[in-house]
Order: sequence, then C-alpha cells, then structure tokens
Amino acid sequence: METLSIYAPRLVTKRQSLTPGHRACSGCGEALALKFVMKALGRDVIVVMSTGCMEIISSQLPYTAWEVPWIHTLFENAATVATGVESARKALARKGASLPKAKVVAIGGDGATFDIGLGALSGAFERGHDFLYVCLDNEAYMNTGIQRSSATPYGASTTTQPAGKASFGQSTWKKNMPAIAVAHDIAYVATASASYPFDLMNKVKKAIAVEGPSYLHIFAVCPTGWRIPTDMTIRVGRLAVETGVFPLYEVENGKYSLNYDPPQLRPVIDYLKPQGRFRHLTPEMVDKIQQRVNKEYARIKEKAAQ
Amino acid sequence: MERRVAFESSFAIAEAVKMADIDVCAAYPITPQTHIVERVAQLVANGELDANYIPVESEHSALSACLGSSAAGGRTFTATAGQGLELMHEVVYVASGMRLPIVMSVCNRALSVPLSIWGDHSDVMSVRDTGWIQIFAENAQQAFDLTLCAFHIAEDPAVLLPTMIHIDGFHLSHVIEPVLLPEQEKVTRFLPKYHHPFALDVNNPAAMGDFALPDLYTEAKVAHDMALRNSIKVILQVWQKFGEEFGREYSPVETYGAEDADILLLTMGSFSEVAMEAIDRLKRAGEKVGLVRLRLWRPFPFEQFRQTVGRAKLLIVLDRALSVGGPGPVCSEVQAALYHLKERPQVIGFIGGLGGRDISVEGFQNMIHRGMDKASQGKPGEIEVFDVREK
Repeated sequence: METLSIYAPRLVTKRQSLTPGHRACSGCGEALALKFVMKALGRDVIVVMSTGCMEIISSQLPYTAWEVPWIHTLFENAATVATGVESARKALARKGASLPKAKVVAIGGDGATFDIGLGALSGAFERGHDFLYVCLDNEAYMNTGIQRSSATPYGASTTTQPAGKASFGQSTWKKNMPAIAVAHDIAYVATASASYPFDLMNKVKKAIAVEGPSYLHIFAVCPTGWRIPTDMTIRVGRLAVETGVFPLYEVENGKYSLNYDPPQLRPVIDYLKPQGRFRHLTPEMVDKIQQRVNKEYARIKEKAAQ
Repeated sequence: MERRVAFESSFAIAEAVKMADIDVCAAYPITPQTHIVERVAQLVANGELDANYIPVESEHSALSACLGSSAAGGRTFTATAGQGLELMHEVVYVASGMRLPIVMSVCNRALSVPLSIWGDHSDVMSVRDTGWIQIFAENAQQAFDLTLCAFHIAEDPAVLLPTMIHIDGFHLSHVIEPVLLPEQEKVTRFLPKYHHPFALDVNNPAAMGDFALPDLYTEAKVAHDMALRNSIKVILQVWQKFGEEFGREYSPVETYGAEDADILLLTMGSFSEVAMEAIDRLKRAGEKVGLVRLRLWRPFPFEQFRQTVGRAKLLIVLDRALSVGGPGPVCSEVQAALYHLKERPQVIGFIGGLGGRDISVEGFQNMIHRGMDKASQGKPGEIEVFDVREK
C-alpha cells in the first residue's frame, strides 16, 4: 500500500470536482464511479444530472459537493437539458460570445436512462448533439428504495418485484441499453465499471473526444440494494466482469471490441452467491442465468471478432 | 421605417421572436401552435434569424431543452398549446422555480376528452399556479408587442422569471390582421441583451436545482412568490417604455367604456374584442355597461383590479374554462380579490366559449342581460354554463 500511495497520484489526479463530504451510503459503488468519471472529465465540463441517488447525495440547499457548473432539473430530462445547454452555447459562440471551452455531460441512473428518460435520450442521440451521456447503472430504483427497473437482472428480488412463495423476483431479462445506444449510430458507446478505474477513466476521455453524442454505461454496485457487505463493492464489480455478467466493451463507429476477455469465465454462481438479492435462487434458475450469460457473452465476442 | 403588413398572429409572434434575436427555440408540433414554430424554423432556415432550432421529440423535452438553453445564457423561446402544455406540466414549474426567463407563446386550446383542437382557457388554468408571468393578447398587434415586451420583462435582473403570452387558439392564432412592424434598430435599442447572473460557466461554477429539506423549502417558495409579485413593477416600467418608444399602451387591467358604467363584464383574450361591440350596442341603447379586460393574469394585479371594478354595482365574469365540480376559476379569484372591500360589486359568473364554441356579439348582450336578471333576482348561483344545448 505504501508504494501505491506514491505511485497512484502520478496516474490519477487528486483534484476532485465531486468533493468528499457527500451523503452516499457506505461502500457506494455509484459515488465511486462518479468520482472516477469526474476525475477523467477535469474542470472544463458542465454537468447535467437526473434526479436520483447521485443528485440527492451531492446537493442539498444551501450546500453542494460540485466544483463544476452543475444543473439538475427533473428525473427524465437530463439528456434534453444537456442538448439545450449545448445548443445555446453553440449559438452564443457563433454570435461572437467568448465562452470558455466546456464539454456537456449528462448523468443519470438506470431508471432515468432505461425507463423514464429513454425517449428523451433517444431524441438527443438522434439529433446528434455534442454531449456525453453517462448511465450509472445500479440495477434498480435505489433512491426510492430498491424498486425494480428494466435494468434489474433476471431473478433479483426488489421491493416491487420481491421473491416470495409465488415469485422468484424479477421475471424479465435486463434491457440491453448499450445496444439501444449503438442502434442510434453514434460514434462511441462503451461499458465500464468502477472496479476497473483506469479502463473507466480512459473510456471517459475517449467518449468526450468524440464530436457528437457518446454513451458510457457504468456498472455501479449498490451494497444497500444488492444486500452485500459494504466492503464487497469492488469485489462484486470484478466478479460481474469475470463471470461475463457485465462484459467490458467498446463500440467505436459500430465496431465492437472486448476490453477484458479472460481465458475462462468464472461460473455466474460466484457473482450471484454473495448477493442477498439472489439468495432465493434455485440451482435450476442459476443454470438458466448461466445459459443466458453464455449466450450474451458469445454474442459480444462474435461481434468483436467481426 | 415602420411597416404595416397583413400578418397572421402566429407570424407576428415569430417576427417578434426574430427581432428579439433569440439564440434557441426548442419546440414540438401541436395544433393550433404550429404556425409559430414553423415560421421560426423558416426564419432560421432562411438565415434571417441566427438561432439554433431544436426539433425535440415531445413537449416535455421542448421545455426541458429550453431550461438548459436559458441556464447556459441563451435567449430562449418556445410555443405550445393544450395537450402540449399538459405534457410539459412538471417542467413548467421548474422553469420558474429555477428563475429561467424563457418566453413561451401558448395558443390556448381545450383539453381532452373529447379531443378538441379548438380554443378555450383550460390549458391556462392548469398552469395558473406555476409561477410564470402570464399575459393575454387580444389581437395580432398585441401578440407582437407583448411577445417583444415579454423578453424584456422576463430577463430583467430584478425579475428573471419565465413569461407566457396567451393567445386564443384559432380565434387569434390563425387570424390575419394588419400589424405595424417597427424597425429592427429600434427594437434592438428597446430590448437589452440577455445576461443571466448565474449562467452555467466553468470559470464561475454554480449549482442549479439543488433539493431542499423542510427547513428551506418554504423559504425558497416564498422567495419565488415575492419575485413574481414584485415583477409587476418591472412589467409596468417595460410597458411604459414600450408605449413611449412605439406609441401603444398596455396595462395590467384595461377597460372599454367602463368610466361611467355600473355594470361591468370581465373577459380575457381575443373574445374581448367581440365583447366591445356588444358594449357599444348596449350603450347606444342607454345601458350603463362597460368592459374590463384582464391583461395580466399572473401576477394577479390586485391593486389595479380593485381600483378598476371597486365602484361598479355588478361584475359579470366570463370564464373560458370549467373547473369541473367547482367555481369558475377566474370568477373565484375575482371574488376573492374583492371580498375584503367594504363596497364591492356583486359578482356573477358565466362559463362559455369552451372547445372553440364562439360567443357572438348578441351572445355577449344576452350574457350581460342574463347576469343583470340574476343579480336583480338575488340568485347569483355558483356557476352557469352559457349556451349549452339541452337536446
């Protein structure tokens, strides 16, 4: 650890625009991911944020954890507000205003992205605005108390689709949000995880270098909602990648590349077992999830090989 | 040189938007508003207006994009009507709460169901409490003038509140009338440049839209309320300045033939011009009637309103919206505004002109007589819907 403390600051800036002192739960993987995103973005950025955990933990009148210009308005419209900011800045610059350079970045959770704000995000992508959209995916509505979203994985127990005698929890497969982003023919789409910080930060930098819309989908472990000990955040994030549940990949101008492809994937049970939200799963259901992960992973690999 | 042209009201608004040199218009098509934004889009396409037109995928997104644009320091315009305003609804509150001086034309339209593209004030009443400045225009010239003034009022550093200009769907939006268009240089001199003191700026970061706990929510709302109430001073100043520059006067409560009238009719929007004709006819028949036109709906001009109607014997109020199961929305506000006066007129409310149903000159004459009858019989009643088919 001693060597790391000398070595790490040379690789990553210590300067944070999301300052410590916010009010996230212990072990929050989403706040960690957001911190890495902000470190990679630097200061020349305008942040537009959806309602959700990260908005609530970082803002409370009269305080703020933000040291960059930050605007929150509603739950479903971060992508659209970002397009307004971008359009106005372009018009003002064209008409002679001297505006400092700034990238516009919209940030939302999985509920804001997959569900309530999907139409707004699709519209913003389609119109080709120059902005980055970051989805921090903790796989349920955690801010309101662990209700299911269309990002919740099959079999997970949530408060609105709980496991019980007549239910095994989530009965649908997680919506493939990165594929929806790719379908808009935008120049850059990538998945990332706070358990792989350098990969994550490199992808943020690549995403903002693109002219036009880009989409970054970040896996954000939620100890509170996933029912895991708070010191397991990084470990569970790694297990998601090592089991193939959440592969790390990029799609640049339609071309897929797999960023981390271990010779042998670990069995999904290694990822499911530590999490209380999957506690009720039978071996048959675990097997079903394994089959699905194998199929999805093979599909990504095949695309990356093309 | 000032030009006199025949313009559809929608085009007159688009012309005001062009002369205001907006930076962004984000809009979604909805009848009867479309002519405004089509015209704005064409002006951009022609290179006559240097702005970014964002063709969004819903009205919710139209106003959301406007939030971002205005917060980034851009002069921002949008337009909508009826269902579109309903879909925007939650964003409407945010625009005013965040003090973003967006200007929006609302082509007043009835609300579903039954589906109706035609005009009434149902959409206005649904956004009554959203904290915007709200002004009614009665004809194309006013639509032009008041839109121009709206940018000046909204963007005043002492105001910083979004402003709606209400024009009646079809009855005004699609009507072609002569309009006096001022010279661009004169408009540029009249309208200061937009500068939001807390615009999103990397050199001067500000957090906009934080949440509040119960210890601050009330204070935040009261600050908004004070800002809206105080905005009347700037509204009066801007209208006075406009009058001096362009020779057309506006005030929060306007009248027609009301000086010696015992009986007043209150209207809002384009129906006022038909009501004027009814007043003329009744006056010629020797009746002591007059018209009150409420131009400024929010902030409610309590003082001017009381001064105008306080001495009348009877005030007949036309609501073009039905508060289902309740009193007429304008009528109940008027009654509340007068309640504490020692001497006040009796107030009788009518509801009419719903979903594009016209009220003719004879209709207004009948309404006034019907109101006088009800007053003399001492039976004001809760509401009466005017001109309803019973079969």
